[in-house]
Amino acid sequence: MPDAAIAADGLVKSFGEVQALCGISFEVETGTVLGLLGPNGAGKTTAVRILTTLLRPDAGSAHVLGVDVLAEPEVTRATIGLAGQYAAVDENLTARENLRLVGRLTHLESGVITKRSGELLERFDLADAADRLVRTFSGGMRRRLDLAAALVHQPPVLFLDEPTTGLDPFGRTELWGVLGELVDGGTTLLLTTQYLEEADRLAHRIVVIDHGQIIAEGTSAELKAQLGATVIEVTFAEPSAANVAAEHLRKMGSVDVIGREVRLHVAEGAAAMLETVRLLDAEQLEPATMALREPTLDDVFLSLTGHAAEEPTAEHAGDGQSPGRPRRSR
Amino acid sequence: MSAPATIAPARTTPARAHPASDAVTIAWRNTLALRRNPQLLVFATVQPVIFVVMFRYVFGGAIRVPGVPYVDYLMPGIFVQTVTFGALQTGVGLADDLNKGLIERFRSLPMARSAVLVGRTLADLLRNVFVVLLMCVIGFLVGWSVHTNVVAVVAGLGLVLAFAYSLSWIFATVGLSARDAETAQAASFPVLAPLVFASSAFVPVRSMPGWLQAFARNQPVSVVVDAVRALTFGGPTSSVVLKAVAWIVGITAVCAPIAVARYRRVV
Repeated sequence: MPDAAIAADGLVKSFGEVQALCGISFEVETGTVLGLLGPNGAGKTTAVRILTTLLRPDAGSAHVLGVDVLAEPEVTRATIGLAGQYAAVDENLTARENLRLVGRLTHLESGVITKRSGELLERFDLADAADRLVRTFSGGMRRRLDLAAALVHQPPVLFLDEPTTGLDPFGRTELWGVLGELVDGGTTLLLTTQYLEEADRLAHRIVVIDHGQIIAEGTSAELKAQLGATVIEVTFAEPSAANVAAEHLRKMGSVDVIGREVRLHVAEGAAAMLETVRLLDAEQLEPATMALREPTLDDVFLSLTGHAAEEPTAEHAGDGQSPGRPRRSR
Repeated sequence: MSAPATIAPARTTPARAHPASDAVTIAWRNTLALRRNPQLLVFATVQPVIFVVMFRYVFGGAIRVPGVPYVDYLMPGIFVQTVTFGALQTGVGLADDLNKGLIERFRSLPMARSAVLVGRTLADLLRNVFVVLLMCVIGFLVGWSVHTNVVAVVAGLGLVLAFAYSLSWIFATVGLSARDAETAQAASFPVLAPLVFASSAFVPVRSMPGWLQAFARNQPVSVVVDAVRALTFGGPTSSVVLKAVAWIVGITAVCAPIAVARYRRVV
């Protein structure tokens, strides 16, 4: 695998009874972005922690820049940057001191640390707050500092675990811009996210995981193409009406029901819209709204897992359909 | 806004071990944190000052130690008691770092595995130097007098600091096993209280019931207190100092590897 900056092969990890990863494999080509997409508890963080030497898998292997992560964790650590789910910054230090701390621990020369810290503080819009104690920082500022800290030693491979969680929409867009620049500069990036928009926007390739298994992978366009070109969304006043409508619309394409909403995936949008109207009219089902749109990754997720990605997922009880989960039929 | 090129990846040097400089860096960071939270130092010193005043003027009159002015008996006990309770801070600080995700960051950096613990314990040692010197001043103010020589006193204070350092390793393990700082604190107290109070720190062991005396006489707090007492008041030193050194070396030799192993494994 000469071009793979990150390679995970058959990673298995369980915590007691809980199987966090059930043998997942993926590769990230040098200079590209892989989005690891999945709901809470899917195993995203576990995968990242294994690849960043923080956790040993029960089985499988991991390589970063061709180095065996499990055999040579010290070498790996020098080439990676990690920003975890929570801002890991020292509240009792200033922003500048936090960066100096990481610079010293990654054994950069003092002059280099000073220069780098200045650049990063500027880049992450923290220059004015550089010499303030971090305990006075807002959540967004901490996140930005945390990411800056992961970049002090200019790691060629960067792991970001839900980097925009807790950021406001402005902060999120800003961060996406910075990450885009990093990737343009040649950095390989693996990011986990629950935000479909984020994966859509940043990732060259997306790996969708759920319950420790890869359930789909490909480019954003490929994943959407799996579902047909168009989505027809019909909402009703009552969930019961939605269920009845779904029974009738099923003959046209795959159907998801989420509460009062029916999503129909079809190839030919306009014709299908007409057909939908006819079917509903014949059954005297009166929709509250109807819309025709491009499929989103949300649709992909719902279609693949039977639950929406951003919805807080209920405990998975066997393969039975628990009442809280939207029904899936094809 | 700087140009994108400035955050482009560069060739990184292969990892080399820097255990000493990494530990110094962590100690620098912890010392800085202490300077930013002077209230921590104040709390660390107020409590022993209260103990000095309380035992010197309130309980002292009721405690009879034949042949020794009580204040001279008390001060070695106060030193050891102070650093023993202070050692708890090692665990509290580590639990806090763990809870805030800092340990996770450190573990992902190409730094020595031992540095977080060595740095933390060194910073705590530095804090103890300050606290012990301050307690000396307080002691002199309430009438403590040294009956030996400077070398012996310095050796005694060195023993107190070495004992504190060895205890840091016990509480490092506690801190790394606790869920958060409050838990670390709560878990430590039931161990600390009997060690400090069922000892020769404040009262002669002879005044305790027989079943307690065997424990109270030989447990590490008493042994170190007795050694410091011998070094500051006088009396035969060699055997009791050796015993104290044995405890210090023993605790460190057992607990430091446990703490480091625990650090390697923490989630």
